[in-house]
Amino acid sequence: MATPASSTAAQLDEALFTFLLRMGDNTLVLGHRVSEWCGHAPVLEEDIALANTALDLIGQTQMWLGLAADVEGQGRSADDLAMLRDVWDFRNLLLVEQPNGDFGQTIMRQYLFDQFHLLLLRALQDSADDRIAGIAAKAVKEVGYHVERSAETVIGLGDGTEESHGRMQAALDWLSPYVGEMFVSDEIDAEMATRGIVPDPASLRAPYDAALAEVLAKATLSRHEGDFAHQGGKTGFRHSEHLGHMLTQMQWLQRAYPGAAW
Amino acid sequence: MSDAKTEWPLWEVFIRGQHGLSHRHVGSLHAPDAEMAIKNARDVYTRRNEGVSIWVVEATQITASSPSDKGPLYEPSESKVYRHPTFFDIPKDVGAM
Repeated sequence: MATPASSTAAQLDEALFTFLLRMGDNTLVLGHRVSEWCGHAPVLEEDIALANTALDLIGQTQMWLGLAADVEGQGRSADDLAMLRDVWDFRNLLLVEQPNGDFGQTIMRQYLFDQFHLLLLRALQDSADDRIAGIAAKAVKEVGYHVERSAETVIGLGDGTEESHGRMQAALDWLSPYVGEMFVSDEIDAEMATRGIVPDPASLRAPYDAALAEVLAKATLSRHEGDFAHQGGKTGFRHSEHLGHMLTQMQWLQRAYPGAAW
Repeated sequence: MSDAKTEWPLWEVFIRGQHGLSHRHVGSLHAPDAEMAIKNARDVYTRRNEGVSIWVVEATQITASSPSDKGPLYEPSESKVYRHPTFFDIPKDVGAM
């Protein structure tokens, strides 16, 4: 609705739109995953902390997908993008759609994403696109807390009891193959980087690995050698089977009662 | 749940609502250490923008007066009205105190 009716699909800034979907879909899918813990977390304090994190991520989703909808200019809203697209139109990383598993797996997934998210948002504060820099400036404060909390919990549980250590190591082993996708650059990343809007994701790899190594060392956890990476989430080429199941939960209300609002 | 070793210690949480006010006791929570207690307090007690500063104290570190000592501790002051500063005329120039 923001752009004149004369705007055509041909004028769509495809690369920018896709980048914004990637940002918004990451926060939407992870936000929904984390919200699945609401009422189920091991202790009250973690339950509320996870709910806060989920709400932060959903709030960021409103900004990213809201901007995506504006850029698209087809009259769709952030809600339309979130609730009325199907699996193949999502552009989130495979990492964030992975099931919650046990609490350790949830926290490990959170830390692995939070660390990347923080580095990316810090860089996006200097984006040539003021709208993106603005969203990043707001989100980076929330994510700074997310990573502080998830890192400390990874350390606490990793360097904890025999059982918590075992669970955290298993979570790390399970999720490690999903780390690489965050740093794979494609033609959209290349175009965004050339235009000064977004950093090349590959440039975040070194600081990420350094931060991760420090946390894992304190957590007495070890990462297997090898850089195999599952891919296909951010390009939409091949999501894991988990995303479709998640969307049936997340989207059922809008699907069953189109346009329902409260 | 009766095994004490599986429970995190209890922490009492104090929050200062705004600059210039003192910290007030707002409740308690469980956490494995002081740093996590601060984080948990942030998540449990300041999610509606309630505070600018948090103190946490492990509950076992607090020494409390005993309710059974109420008589000797407090009753002697009940009859000493002269300890209230209400017997002085405050000059008008002083204004509101």
